[in-house]
Amino acid sequence: MFKILKAEMLCENICQQIVEAPRIAHSCLPGQFVIVRADETSERIPLTISDYDREKGTVTITLQIIGASSMKIAQYKTGDSFADIVGPLGKPSELCTDPIEEVRKKRVLFVGGGLGTAPVYPQVKWCKENGVEFDVVIGTKCKDTLIMEKEFEDVAGEHYFLTTDDGSYKHKGMVTSVMDELIAEGRHYDLCVAIGPMIMMKFAAKTSLAAGIPTIVSMNPIMVDGTGMCGACRLVVGDEVKFACVDGPEFDASKVDFDSAMKRMALYKTEEGRAYLAAKEGDTHHGGCGHCS
Amino acid sequence: MAIEVDVMKKVPVREQEPKVRATNFDEVCLGYNQEEAQAEATRCLNCKNARCVAGCPVSINIPAFIAAVKDGEFKKASEIIGESSALPAVCGRVCPQESQCEGQCVRGIKGEAVSIGKLERFVADWARENGVKPVVNAEKKGKKVAVIGSGPSGLTCAGDLAKLGYDVTIFEALHKAGGVLVYGIPEFRLPKDKVVQPEVDNVKALGVKIETDVVIGKGTTIDSLLTEEGFDAVYVGSGAGLPRFMGIPGEQALGVYSANEFLTRNNLMKAYRDDYDTPIARGKKVVVVGGGNVAMDAARTALRLGAEVHVVYRRSEAELPARVEEVHHAKEEGIIFDLLQNPVEILEDENGWVRGIKIIKMELGEPDESGRRRPVEVEGSEYEIECDTVIMSLGTSPNPLISSTTKGLEINRKKCIVADETTGATSKEAVYAGGDAVTGAATVILAMGAGKAAAKGIDEFLSTH
Repeated sequence: MFKILKAEMLCENICQQIVEAPRIAHSCLPGQFVIVRADETSERIPLTISDYDREKGTVTITLQIIGASSMKIAQYKTGDSFADIVGPLGKPSELCTDPIEEVRKKRVLFVGGGLGTAPVYPQVKWCKENGVEFDVVIGTKCKDTLIMEKEFEDVAGEHYFLTTDDGSYKHKGMVTSVMDELIAEGRHYDLCVAIGPMIMMKFAAKTSLAAGIPTIVSMNPIMVDGTGMCGACRLVVGDEVKFACVDGPEFDASKVDFDSAMKRMALYKTEEGRAYLAAKEGDTHHGGCGHCS
Repeated sequence: MAIEVDVMKKVPVREQEPKVRATNFDEVCLGYNQEEAQAEATRCLNCKNARCVAGCPVSINIPAFIAAVKDGEFKKASEIIGESSALPAVCGRVCPQESQCEGQCVRGIKGEAVSIGKLERFVADWARENGVKPVVNAEKKGKKVAVIGSGPSGLTCAGDLAKLGYDVTIFEALHKAGGVLVYGIPEFRLPKDKVVQPEVDNVKALGVKIETDVVIGKGTTIDSLLTEEGFDAVYVGSGAGLPRFMGIPGEQALGVYSANEFLTRNNLMKAYRDDYDTPIARGKKVVVVGGGNVAMDAARTALRLGAEVHVVYRRSEAELPARVEEVHHAKEEGIIFDLLQNPVEILEDENGWVRGIKIIKMELGEPDESGRRRPVEVEGSEYEIECDTVIMSLGTSPNPLISSTTKGLEINRKKCIVADETTGATSKEAVYAGGDAVTGAATVILAMGAGKAAAKGIDEFLSTH
C-alpha cells in the first residue's frame, strides 16, 4: 500500500497527491511517469510525475477528473493509501540524461497547456537547479483552471509567461501566440519542450519547428501494463511503430503523427466519442478513464 | 463402481460441454476424480528406463508418482512431484505433454500414452484441497539472491534456491505475482484464485519474498541490486517482451489489439467481470491473426465475450504452432479457422474504427529454414472479411528494459539475453537468466526448466564465491 501524505484540489477538476513511494522517489527523473491502481478493481492509470522528493521518499502526481477511474483516484484523500503505484516508467527527459555541459549550452523553451502544466514543472525546476537557461509558457482556459502558479513563479520568476484562452488572467490567447511573441522579440531557443493536450502539442510544435527549434513532446496514449508488454501505447513516430512506455513518453515532435494519435485519443476524450465507445465496447466501458487528459 | 480400463486408451477426462463453456470463463477441463486417476494410473508400465522422465524439462519422477497414485497414496505422490516441480497444478494444465512426457510414453507406441498431465493435475489439486504444504528444512546459507520476474521461470528458480537455504526476493513489475500465468493464460485454462495463487503461496511458504510494483531496469537496476542492495546473485526471468505487429496499413485503427493487451485486460485486469473497471472490446466479429497458443487463448476469450471469432493463419492446419488440444477445444467451441490466408490491410470506418480486414489466400511452397513449407501469396485472391476487432498474435520481441540498463550483459542478434543452457550463466558475473527473456516466447515448462537449471548454476557459483 502506498500512503497519500497530502491530497488537494488545484482547481475544480484537477487534483494533486503526494504519495509515499521511496523506491520511485529514489531514482525518478523529470519526464518519467508512474502507473497508479487505486484499489483491487481499478484500472491501471498512467500519470506523469509532477514533482519528487528523494529525501522524503515521495512523488507527486497530478490528474484531471474526466471519468469514473480518474474520479476514483481523486477521491483518495490525505492519509488514504493506493493499492499500487509503480515506476519510474518511461525514459527521462533527455535534458536530464545528456551530458550537462552540453545541456548548459542550450536555451530551452518550455510550453505547458492545461494539465500538461504539471509535468513541465519538474523539468523547469531541474533546469533551474542545474543552471540551464529557459523560458516557460503556460496556457490554460481561464483564471479558474490555472494550476501551480506559485510554484512556477518561484522557479521561473521573470521567465514565466502565463496566458489564458479567454483573457480572464494575464495575457489573452493560446500558447502559440506567446511563443510567436517571444520568438519575434529575438529570443533564441535551442530546444522546445511542449506538454499538454494533443491538439496544443501539435500546434505548439508547428510554431517552434517553423522557427527552426528542435521540439520534444510528451505523448500520453492508452496504457495497460506500462512496462513494455501489452503494446496498447503504440504510436507512429517517423513511420516506425514505437511504444510510449519504453521508447517514450517523450518523442521528437517533427516525427510524431499527431493526427493518427489524436484520432485514437479523440474517442476517449469527447462525450460523443465516449458514447460511441460505449456502443462499440458495450458495458465494459466506463466512460473516461483518465487516459484522456 | 469400478472404472473399466481399456489399456490402449486414456481414461476420458470430464470437460464442460462446448456450448456451455463458450459462454463462461470457468475451467474447460474438469480433471480426474480419485477413481478415474487411480484407474488411469494402472495403465502405467512403470518402465525401468522411463523415457517420460527424460521428456520432462524438470525431470519429475513420473513412474514413481503414478505408482503412488495407483496405491492411493496421494500425499506421497505430491511429495515426489514436489521434489522436481514448484508448480504442478499449473503444469498439469498447461504443459504440452503430448510433445514431452506423454510423447515419450511406451503406451503411446500402440495406443494412447498414459495421461501423465491429468494425473499430475489430479495430484496437485488433491494436495491443495487437502492442505499439503511444501516442507522446508534447509540450513540457511546466509546469501541473498534476487529474482526478476514472478512468472514460471522466476518462481521455479526462487523455489529451488529457497529449498537450498538461500534468502530469495522476487521483484515483479506488475501488481500481482505470476507473470504469464496471471496476465496471459486465461481463467478457463488456468484458474487464477483456485490454482495460480495457491502455487505462488506455496513458493512464498518456502520463505521466498515477493515485492510487486518494482520494475528492474528503471530506477532499480541489476547493478544496484548487486551493489547497493547486497544481493549475491541475480536471476533474470523477465519474460517475453513487446508484441509484434505486421506493419500493414490500418494497424493503428481503433479496435486493433495485440493479443498481449487483449489478454492482459481480460486476465490480469479482469475486464470480463462487471465489478472491475478496466474496459475491453466486446467485438461482434473478431479476427485473430496468428496460430499459436496465445492466438487460441485470445480467440477463445473473444468468443466468451460474445463474438463470432475467426482465426486467420498463413500456413495450413498441420503447421499450427498451437497445441493440438487447444485447437481441438477452439474448434469445438465454434472458432472458425481461416487457414492459408494472410491479412494485407486493416480497413477503417470514418471514425477510425476497424470495419474489416483484407485477406490474401496463400499456398504452401518450398520448405523454409524452419523446415516448414513456406506460404506464398496466391495472386489476385484478395477478399474482405467484415469485422470490428482485430487481435494480432504474432509473437513478441524482447523487452529492452534490462538489457539496455545492465552493463556487460550480452544479448544476441534477436536481442534475447545470452545465457548458458545448463547453468543459466550470462556474460556478467553473478547474473543468470532463463525463460522467454533468453529463448524468446516459448512454454511455461521450458521456462521452468531454465529456472531450475539456473538455480543449480547459482548454487554452484555461490558455493565457490
